[in-house]
Amino acid sequence: MATVIVEKGAAARPPSPLSALLLGKRAERMVLGAAFLVALFALWELVAALGLEPPIVLPSPAAVAVALGSVFSSPDLVANFVASGQELLYGLVLAVAVGVIAGMAIGWYPRLGYFFDPFVNFLYAVPRVALGPLLIVWLGIGLSSKVALVFLTAVFPVLVNTSSGIRSLDSHLVRVARCFGANDLKIFRTIALPGSVPFILGGLRLAVGQALIGVFVAELLGAQHGLGAMIQNAGEQFQTDLVFAGLLIFAAVGMLLTSLVRWLERRFDAWRV
Amino acid sequence: MPARLMNAPAQSSDEGERTSLISGDGSRYLHARKVTIAYAGRDGGVVQAIEGIDLSVERGEFVCVVGPSGCGKTTFLNAVAGFLPISSGALTLRGRPIQRPGPERAMVFQQPGLLPWRDVLGNVTFGLEMSGRMRGRKAAERARSLLELVGLADFAHSYPHQLSGGMQQRVNLARALAVEPELLLLDEPFASVDAQTRETLQIELLAICERAKVTALFVTHDIGEAVFLADRVCVFSRRPGRIVREVRIHLPKPRAQARLESEFLAYVREVAGALGGAANGRE
Repeated sequence: MATVIVEKGAAARPPSPLSALLLGKRAERMVLGAAFLVALFALWELVAALGLEPPIVLPSPAAVAVALGSVFSSPDLVANFVASGQELLYGLVLAVAVGVIAGMAIGWYPRLGYFFDPFVNFLYAVPRVALGPLLIVWLGIGLSSKVALVFLTAVFPVLVNTSSGIRSLDSHLVRVARCFGANDLKIFRTIALPGSVPFILGGLRLAVGQALIGVFVAELLGAQHGLGAMIQNAGEQFQTDLVFAGLLIFAAVGMLLTSLVRWLERRFDAWRV
Repeated sequence: MPARLMNAPAQSSDEGERTSLISGDGSRYLHARKVTIAYAGRDGGVVQAIEGIDLSVERGEFVCVVGPSGCGKTTFLNAVAGFLPISSGALTLRGRPIQRPGPERAMVFQQPGLLPWRDVLGNVTFGLEMSGRMRGRKAAERARSLLELVGLADFAHSYPHQLSGGMQQRVNLARALAVEPELLLLDEPFASVDAQTRETLQIELLAICERAKVTALFVTHDIGEAVFLADRVCVFSRRPGRIVREVRIHLPKPRAQARLESEFLAYVREVAGALGGAANGRE
């Protein structure tokens, strides 16, 4: 019976006519992925055009496009982007630096792991954006509290992934290296470090998404400028089209950064089967 | 606590044994005398892996160790490699007790153990880098000549996952030979490659050992393999492993056609007989 199922499974995967028509799997994936988005936009436009909901609840895509244009032509544009960009960049760079170094130390020295693991797990379990009010009390309402919040949201995926990458090093490779007389430093440099690169990049990809959440929440808690603050203000004034425009910008930045990390992952993963 | 005591290297405390070794058997290259290895088992008891192993290996000799699985032959090899302390007896290389891995010994494991992110050339230089003997262009040069030796010159820039199991094992061998070991320790290196590749690799290994003048200690459970390769076959009993028989193999080298000789079969029968006896616990 089992073999029949296997055979069926194998036979059920002929090249689909669509993929044969459109130059292979990749094209098929992109077409199908785009199709859903196009359908969603069409439905959105339809609902908006029929006037089932007032624009204040659901602005039409066209109105959102206009709002998007107004964001890019507004005098606050530079200030908003600079503010959010700074928070994101500083927080993310700090998170990667601390996450990678601390993750390596915790992964490499088991005792350090025993020492810090409960603390890390505790912080990992707390919804880190909930630390926002505390950070404002400690660091004030300026840039530093926002960077700190972005850092806290982004550091844990990097740290946890890095340490598990270091920990998962192949014990057989270590034995081979020891056999040749390698010391710990050499084993770290030639086995643990290159072996954990895919883990670190995976953590970075998660961190980007978390950092964007951090930026948004930090600006919700009080900010003059920034995309999050812009969305917050627009929402308070029922400029729903502007809210949508802000969301689209957030999404675009997130997708751009994520695909950047994915590109890096592919580059460093060439040796994987 | 008892396990810890058992694992303490015994040679250094055993001065009398040591002097007798240097005066009496100093000429022997690798020498094991009454070597016993025991370690703490999972249930808290003591597992006796090997017991009273007496074995001498001359420089340039090819010695195979065969025995039923779990008989402690790999344990013995690990002790020679310096991974595992012996519990009692003496284990010496050129008259000096073995206490840790050393640059004059190289081990070839059953798993190739190649770094997946390095190409073939980078994997062959790995041992040289780890031992701190050579790096950079010089190491690459040495690696290239070894790839030539194992017939992989055209694959220097392939990655391990692009190679067959047999080719990976050749890389493994080249990596071990790159450090120019005196003593090559092989732990069933050809057990997971197909039969045809295995025979080719065996012929090549013999030729390479001859040319590089290395001493080899080769652990296997394949009797034919042992007879084909060895100058001497040591048959281990079931655990705790003891040497129940030593068979000197007088087949002429090169041995590419040796399997067809009637003498070959006679040796195989002799070793199999000893092994059978050992497995049944009669010897």
